[in-house]
Amino acid sequence: MQLQQMYQEIILDHYKNPHGRGLRDPFDAESFQVNPTCGDEVTLRVKLDGDKVADVSYEGQGCSISQASTSVLTDLVVGRDVAAALSTMDAFVELMQGRGQVEPDEDVLEDGIAFAGVAKYPARVKCALLGWMAFKDAVARSGEGVTAR
Amino acid sequence: MTGHGFDVEQVRKDFPILQRRLAEDRPLVYLDSANTSQKPQSVIDTLTEHYERHNANVARAVHQLGEESTAAFEGARDKIAAFIGAPSRDEIIFTRGITEAINLVSNVLAWADEPYRVGPGDEVVVTEMEHHSNIVPWQLLTQRTGATLKWFGITDDGRLDLSNIDELITERTKVVSLVHVSNMLGTINPVAEIARRAKAVGALVVLDAAQAGPQLPYDVMETGADLIGFTGHKLLGPTGIGVLWGRSEVLAALPPFHGGGEMIEDVRMERSTYAPAPHKFEAGTPPIAQAIGLGAAIDYLSALGMENVAAHEQAITGYALERMLEVPGVRILGPTDMVDRGGAISFTMEGLHPHDISQVLDSYGIAVRGGHHCAKPAHRRLGAQSSTRVSGYLYTTEAEIDAMIEGLHQVRKFFGVA
Ligand SMILES: Cc1ncc(COP(=O)(O)O)c(C=O)c1O
Repeated sequence: MQLQQMYQEIILDHYKNPHGRGLRDPFDAESFQVNPTCGDEVTLRVKLDGDKVADVSYEGQGCSISQASTSVLTDLVVGRDVAAALSTMDAFVELMQGRGQVEPDEDVLEDGIAFAGVAKYPARVKCALLGWMAFKDAVARSGEGVTAR
Repeated sequence: MTGHGFDVEQVRKDFPILQRRLAEDRPLVYLDSANTSQKPQSVIDTLTEHYERHNANVARAVHQLGEESTAAFEGARDKIAAFIGAPSRDEIIFTRGITEAINLVSNVLAWADEPYRVGPGDEVVVTEMEHHSNIVPWQLLTQRTGATLKWFGITDDGRLDLSNIDELITERTKVVSLVHVSNMLGTINPVAEIARRAKAVGALVVLDAAQAGPQLPYDVMETGADLIGFTGHKLLGPTGIGVLWGRSEVLAALPPFHGGGEMIEDVRMERSTYAPAPHKFEAGTPPIAQAIGLGAAIDYLSALGMENVAAHEQAITGYALERMLEVPGVRILGPTDMVDRGGAISFTMEGLHPHDISQVLDSYGIAVRGGHHCAKPAHRRLGAQSSTRVSGYLYTTEAEIDAMIEGLHQVRKFFGVA
């Protein structure tokens, strides 16, 4: 049934037990993003340590898809080089904007591959990308991301 | 199921879309009528027939098609005037929808002569339960003219808080603009009482009847308002058509909105003079087929009888409220009984997000709306970031409400909150 296709077990797990949730100090930059169609919000902080993403912390109100995808984001970027984190982000964005036609690479996206089904629902793609947009913005604001790209 | 004065099953046969089967061959359960209503066959046929047989521009052609098209277009104006109790057909202005109707009013008030002009020191009063289309145009007007925007608050149970009406409506008030029936809370506001207070200080009264028009027998004169907006697509009509009703003397005093063809009397290179209302406010080729389609929608509603439509809406909403309150974790935003209440029911569910609720319902063929319903301030006031909204109409059955309730239980099960 379609519903299980969208709401993979992995997504529900991240939704019920989100990783890295909560806003933490210290941080280098913060981004607030809102999805204008539904009002979902996320506030996300990035702490960099040289070229590395030392921490990502966040808080927000949103549906299971947006909450779970932000939780997956923290797994994928914390402890990585900024450049690697941004290239993972590009892979995730490509998957989400691929209308279900993009085959995700589990080595790159890990739990993120569970969102492949969501990509078939244009109305929900923005939900899945909300946290990632906040991450991209926060990295850019921290100054590091600009040079790392 | 038999409705009040009409047979709902019979009515449903007039709406072809209701025959659709979705989500693994389940019948469509359409509970998003506050967003847009479905269309009866007669409206669909009227649109087709117009394009197949009568299509021509209006008021610009002496040929036969032009005459037929003009007669049908102006005939729709007559039908609408009768439907809302307007004393004159010249008080019916066709717009693109209610959003354009409100923007028309808020724009021309910046240029109007006294006593209508809104300028520095003047005040405009709205409410916290407005649709964004009755907030943002007034923010634009007051910000651009140096006037001040004020608003009525909302009580915890989703009614207008009128306790500070004397501070809000004063001799500085130029406009009071409010929603007649809320699209989010369902609340029916005491518009006649508020209009009386506004008129006492000489303010113009504007009503948003986007939801009231489809749900209540309407008499513009009883409201005490000066200007009232309606939107066709919620009234069984096509999109792209709305109505601004205005009192003759007010329309005569207000300046034009858009400039263009059809709104003029004479044009010289230096300056122009304008046609009287309604044409003064209808520049350019209007939405002709859409207006004619709206006329057919009004014929349909009138044949059923708006008293009957209203009674059905009351009965089905009352039934839905009662059943929804049985579902664990449901919190209704707005009145929970049928006293002064219309058909929209917005609610939250403990531990569940509206997107997820509507997605699961959709997998059962049940269409509801999740989000802020263009009423972010009202959500914020009631401590909800967003909500799910159920809204039935004259074709909605108790069996459909039952299916939705069953769906809500499934949502709880699916996300493990049951
Ligand atoms: C109360 C209310 N006002 C205004 C509108 C705006 O209507 P439209 O988008 O058709 O102009 C709506 C519909 O969404 C509404 O429910």
